[in-house]
Amino acid sequence: MSNPVVEIKWLRKSFGTLEVLKGVDFNVNESEVVCLIGSSGSGKSTLLRCINLLEKPDDGSIHVFGQNILDVKNVDQYRANVGMCFQQFNLFKNMNVLKNCMIAQQKVLHRSAKEAEEKARFYLRKVGMEQFALADSNMISGGQKQRVAIARALCMEPKLMLFDEPTSALDPEMVKEVLVVMKQLAEEGLTMIVVTHEMGFARQVADRVVFMDKGVIEEEGDPKTMFTNPKSERTREFLSHFQED
Amino acid sequence: MQESFFRQVLDILQKYWPSMAIGIQNTLIISLTGTIIGLVIGLFVGGLRAIRLDYTASKSALIGKKILDFAGKVYIDVFRGTPMMVQAVFLYYALLNIVHWDKLGAGIFVISVNTGAYMAEIIRSGIQAVDPGQTEAARSLGMSNIQTMMNVVLPQAVRNAFPAIGNEFIVNIKDSSVLMIISIADLMFQSKSIAGSTFQFTATYGITAAIYFILTSTASLILNLIEKRLNRPRTSFPQSDTDPSSMSLATEKAGKS
Repeated sequence: MSNPVVEIKWLRKSFGTLEVLKGVDFNVNESEVVCLIGSSGSGKSTLLRCINLLEKPDDGSIHVFGQNILDVKNVDQYRANVGMCFQQFNLFKNMNVLKNCMIAQQKVLHRSAKEAEEKARFYLRKVGMEQFALADSNMISGGQKQRVAIARALCMEPKLMLFDEPTSALDPEMVKEVLVVMKQLAEEGLTMIVVTHEMGFARQVADRVVFMDKGVIEEEGDPKTMFTNPKSERTREFLSHFQED
Repeated sequence: MQESFFRQVLDILQKYWPSMAIGIQNTLIISLTGTIIGLVIGLFVGGLRAIRLDYTASKSALIGKKILDFAGKVYIDVFRGTPMMVQAVFLYYALLNIVHWDKLGAGIFVISVNTGAYMAEIIRSGIQAVDPGQTEAARSLGMSNIQTMMNVVLPQAVRNAFPAIGNEFIVNIKDSSVLMIISIADLMFQSKSIAGSTFQFTATYGITAAIYFILTSTASLILNLIEKRLNRPRTSFPQSDTDPSSMSLATEKAGKS
């Protein structure tokens, strides 16, 4: 459990004059599920995007699997090891469900079409979408799209999965079907970092909850203590909005 | 007067239809191949110009991209900013001693590079209509800029831009008439020689206009059919099934504690 997968030290990032991350230290261990919570604009998504190098940090260091990723030569190869799911699903609209899950396997991992299809069907089955393999990716519901997006990322067999508000664009019924899948992955021991507003999910599934506020980590801890007895006043205030949950 | 006009038209058609047919054939060959090659050029130039290198790109890639972007911009500006008729005479004579081309080849070349400049801009706007999230998703899966462009962005850009691409074909059917300046036996050139030998200018060019109109309206009819087909959903899909309890792995309810 104490094998660090992600080690972030003193991470800083500004967009123009807006300082989004003001020196963040953050670690994730193997097989750990960490939920990042906090109000919009607190820097959660930026932190996540830095781990996948979609944003370039201004200062600090990020080590993933012991490797300083700000130095890696082959960024594409690195990204292939880290799965990411987005709020807007971002399925490739010119491909059907199956092809969405195959294309990167073929182009990046150079798998044969047959092998890629087997893998794709395996992971589509895992997220309960195999019967939709030949469906047009524009014609399925939001929850189904997100499940396909998860399968698409899993097909690369990443050692780390990043979720950027995966359920924020979904209605409550669809939220559930996506969370079922994510919970299953967590139970299988996949290392996951999840930016979310789903406090129920955080409480139930996370090994650790990290509360971010104004570009710094305000408080972190195991979900039980965090939700019942937060140390910081700001955390308490934020969580009070979710009492009915 | 009225009767004699139709008589003239009929006479010309009867006597000169073989040379008109050659003209129609050449006009169609030039405008169709010119549009297709122009589209290929446009995909290449427009696609390259639309790639946004992020900070992870190497230094040499950044410099190479700058140079290509500049060359692309010059190409587009020059060919959109000068008349095709001028491009035709200039390129024909300028390159004549180097390539020794036949006239039809020269015509196709001119119309291709001219169309390419317009297509590059059409493709670029088609690319802008593809939401950047898909590019981000492809990159997050480890696909390179070029792989993302080829497999994800360009196919959608072509579909988005299909009406504008088709319109270029119609424009080319009409505008290829200026290529008679380098004596290509297109419809316009054939008409001119028919008019020159019959001295019946109104009747001859009346026929010419009618033929051009038939060509463009047929082309636009076909393009509309293709567009309808493109917009049809491509695959049937199974019964809607969003109930999580039907999912193979849903052994318990999640979400609420």
